[in-house]
Formats: sequence, C-alpha cells, structure tokens
Amino acid sequence: MPEIKVDDSKCKGCYICIEACPKKCIEISKEFSKSGYYPVKYTGADCIACQQCSRICPDLAIDVYK
Amino acid sequence: MQLLNKRPESLVDMKMHYCPGCSHGIVHRLIAEVMDELDIRNRTIGIAPVGCSVFADKYFNCDMIQGPHGRGPAIATGLKRTTPGAIVFSYQGDGDLSSIGMAEIVHTAIRSENITVIFINNAIYGMTGGQMAPTTLIGQKATTCVYGRDPKLTGNPIKMCELLATIKGAKYLERTSVHTAPNVIKTKNAIKKAFKNQIDNVGFSMVEILSTCPTNWKIDPVKSLKYVNDNMIKVFPLGVYKDSKGGE
Repeated sequence: MPEIKVDDSKCKGCYICIEACPKKCIEISKEFSKSGYYPVKYTGADCIACQQCSRICPDLAIDVYK
Repeated sequence: MQLLNKRPESLVDMKMHYCPGCSHGIVHRLIAEVMDELDIRNRTIGIAPVGCSVFADKYFNCDMIQGPHGRGPAIATGLKRTTPGAIVFSYQGDGDLSSIGMAEIVHTAIRSENITVIFINNAIYGMTGGQMAPTTLIGQKATTCVYGRDPKLTGNPIKMCELLATIKGAKYLERTSVHTAPNVIKTKNAIKKAFKNQIDNVGFSMVEILSTCPTNWKIDPVKSLKYVNDNMIKVFPLGVYKDSKGGE
C-alpha cells in the first residue's frame, strides 16, 4: 500500500500539501512538533503515491513510499 | 516499500531557514535534482545572492560563492571565463536581479555569457521586510507603498523575460511558476534545459520562477498560491520567451 511519512522536524505547517493532495489524505496533526508547528500527518488511507505533496513541499518533509 | 522521492544528493540534509510556504525550498530542490540528473555536481559553482536565499550556500552540496547585492551575473562572468569547464549558475531574487542588479543582468545577456540564471520573482523584497520591489504588482501593498503600488508614482512592474527577450545575446528565457505540482514539474524541465544549454555552450539562459512570499504578502501559504494563480500570472504570463539554439 502506498503511504507517506512526514518528517515532523522539517514540516513548518504551511499546509500547501493538503491543498495539493488529490485524494485529501493529509491532515493537520493535533500535536505540536518540537519546532512549535502543528505538522501535517497521513490520515492512514487512500494514498495513491502520486507525489504531488512531496513535489510542492518547500521543506522536503514528505517521503512517499510505494 | 520503496522510497519514491529520494532527497537529492546535491542538497544537504538539513532544515532550511525559509518561512513556512516559501517557494525557495521547492526551487532549491529542483536545482539539486537537475544537478544530480545531469551529474554535474562536482563541477558546478553556484552564486548565492543577497536576499532571503543569502544562505543558499549552506543548502547546496556544491561549490558556492556569496556575491554582493545584484552582482551575481558579474561574478558568474568572471568564473565562467576563468574556469570554462565549470557549470556556473546564479540564483537571484527580484530585488537583487531586477533592481540593484539590473545593469549586470542586462550586460551579461548582451555579452551572451554562457551561464544559467535562476530568477525568483516574488514581487516583493523579502529579507528586508516587505518593501516594494520593481516587480510589485499594481495595487499590491508593501511597507513602502501602504495604499498599494501607484503606477503614477512608481511606474509599472518590470517584466524581465520580455525585457531580455529583445537582446540578441539572451538565448533561452522562460517564465514558470511553482504554485501547483504540475507547474513544479514544468519548472524543473525549464531549469534542466537552462543547465543543458550551458553544457552545450548555447549562451545566456534564464528561468524566471513566480514564487510566493506569504510572510510579506501577509496572507497564509495556501492563499498565496491562489494569489499567484489569480493575480501574478495575469501580469507575468508564463511561457517560453526565447529559445534559440547556438548560431544566432
């Protein structure tokens, strides 16, 4: 199953990946990261590994696995 | 499980200092990916500008020089002429390239120096705190034009691609954007072509990339992408402005 992993230490919470995701399978985490942002996280389903989120992520915080 | 988007080797694995949603990170990655794909990292010398990307030398895993404000193309000229085997790129913002560095970029294009210029156009001065840039849109607010840019007072935005397209020495000029994932891919292709031109000794190549500056535009990153789509692209139309291979 395809999935994404978000590096909390790099994510700055700009949320443009949420906008870019065609399957809407990225959401805002409820927990603070160490750097003081609410990072994004994978909802756990529907990822198709299209890599749109990782292409648009300015901080290279998203790894896409297939 | 296979990792599909490996971090490019030409980019140091560290957290960048840019604000959330800033396009610099995207463009840094694209340049690094192109360097990896063309296998030119060992002979590439980059020139970091003055501006938000002043610390770009920390992020690129290749030789870098940090130049004075606007003088990237002048340094690139010297480097390319003394070390012709090197691949030289100048990374510049709009305050750097289209304001204080206007003379350098125009004359570098006139001489058709065989270098690659990456021009980040976010329509505002970022690092210094959101002052009006030559590329600021009509009506766009900045700290030095709080009621919006007035063309009667400060003229109209400079369109660098159109301006340089009138110069015979400029060989490849393209304006792209990074506000959606497909546009990011187009931008990568443009950057790759600009570097390939340098390898093939074609001459001066520049890629202008419409970028966002959510902090100084004072809107959130998602809205800033919409702002690029709705407002900036109308003033700065995307496309190839010049593409002449060798000879001419």
